[in-house]
Amino acid sequence: MAPALIVARRELAGYFATPVAYVFIVIFLVLAGALTFTLGNFFERGQADLQPFFAFVPWLFLFLVPALTMRLWAEERRLGTIELLLTLPLPQWQAVLGKFLAAWAFCAIALLLTFPLVVTVNLLGQPDNGVILSGYLGCLLVAGAYLAVGAAVSAMTKNQVIAFVLAVALCFVFGAAGSPVVTEFLSTRLPVLADIARGISVAERFGGFTRGLVAARDLVFFASFIGFFLFLNAVVLDHRKAD
Amino acid sequence: MSELIEIERLTKRFGGFTAVDDISFTVARGEVLGFLGPNGAGKSTTMRMLAGFMPPSSGTARICGADIVDQPVAAKRHLGFLPEGAPTYPEMTVTGFLEFAGRIRGFAGSALDDRVAHAMLLTQLEGVRLQPIETLSKGFKRRVGLAQALLHDPPVLVLDEPTDGLDPNQKHEVRELIRRMAPEKAIVISTHILEEVGAVCTRAIIIARGRVVVDAPPAVLEEEGSTLDDVFRRLTLSEAATVTEDAS
Ligand SMILES: Nc1ncnc2c1ncn2[C@@H]1O[C@H](COP(=O)(O)OP(=O)(O)O)[C@@H](O)[C@H]1O
Ligand SMILES: [Mg+2]
Repeated sequence: MAPALIVARRELAGYFATPVAYVFIVIFLVLAGALTFTLGNFFERGQADLQPFFAFVPWLFLFLVPALTMRLWAEERRLGTIELLLTLPLPQWQAVLGKFLAAWAFCAIALLLTFPLVVTVNLLGQPDNGVILSGYLGCLLVAGAYLAVGAAVSAMTKNQVIAFVLAVALCFVFGAAGSPVVTEFLSTRLPVLADIARGISVAERFGGFTRGLVAARDLVFFASFIGFFLFLNAVVLDHRKAD
Repeated sequence: MSELIEIERLTKRFGGFTAVDDISFTVARGEVLGFLGPNGAGKSTTMRMLAGFMPPSSGTARICGADIVDQPVAAKRHLGFLPEGAPTYPEMTVTGFLEFAGRIRGFAGSALDDRVAHAMLLTQLEGVRLQPIETLSKGFKRRVGLAQALLHDPPVLVLDEPTDGLDPNQKHEVRELIRRMAPEKAIVISTHILEEVGAVCTRAIIIARGRVVVDAPPAVLEEEGSTLDDVFRRLTLSEAATVTEDAS
């Protein structure tokens, strides 16, 4: 087994050994459900799809993912296990990748547990399950993008509160960059920046997935986005691991 | 090749502060080197660089010929390292933790089981094998860290304060273990307990303020002063005294 997978497996088991995992999942499910059925007018819309759900998931991840990542490296530093992990014979990037994969698998589990929504729309009507599937894929990719940002931030600071706030802020920037408010504001002043903002926007890419469009360039975007922040994570870790 | 550890002009600076200052020495198979020094002397920093946790500011080291800077993964394969305080993942069971370390080191299946069982036998951990590490006493936690370092039967062992916080019986056991393994390995243990040096070490290096001030067998050290204790105090305090003179 690749060292990254061994690390990921240990990490994932670690999540479920503490109440953190269960609190996270319960909060995610309760909020996702509540928002979808109340603010999202799930029933009143009279449409058999999961659009209201997909509209809220990125916002939930905006807060929940940084809560997950803030302790990613801070906890290893606090326990001193970082010294153990990084002196085992594995390339450092494998440790970085392993921790990321565990957090990502955890988010995937949280998403899978929303399956009753899928069952419900299928009982009530005839939804396009392909669109639902691509929407879920989009949610997973947004989680991955936010996780990569949060993990890199957590390598920078031992302070978990700072890691959380900074990660939320950064994820918000990447989430909101493509929103009409921002791009309209920028395009009247600095049109170049408006294009860049749209280019780096996670939300903009996510929109396609919720409409059932799985475009290669969006997949490439998420892959490079995640890859870039994991690389940043490894570089920062290399410089700051002993602090 | 009998020199399993070769340290060459190893230096570590933290900002303007030099924690390890141009240290060079080698350790051969069969040697147990006691790495002594007052708190803050730079023992842990040296060992962390040796284990590939911190990159040196300058200089390098080789473990079984593998350079810690250029071939970090190869160097780490030959090494068993016990970090200061024996950090472990508290929620894991003893077996789970050792299996994790073993898998990363490339063991699987029955080979992994054998390794884990053998390491637990050496460190007398069988009685607590399924207990979460956080429920163990300090002495047991230390032994879990030690078991992790011994798991792959490495030719080089670097142990940062292996007996710190253990009761006299446990200290005795750890020393016995080190003595038994000594003939086939190169072992470095850091300590500030001087009796330990006489008990297990074939050689002692005293460092103060990041520099080597003495490198000799413990017997020779004792002849020089009245006791090892006196020698240590004289050497490390005189070093501090010269520094305060310099500063004034
Ligand atoms: N990551 C670090 N950043 C800044 N200073 C450090 C760091 N690690 C160790 N030091 C300093 O280096 C010196 C040597 O520390 P250390 O190697 O832990 O000593 P010892 O293990 O001999 O007690 C100490 O003065 C310590 O404060
Ligand atoms: Mg120390």
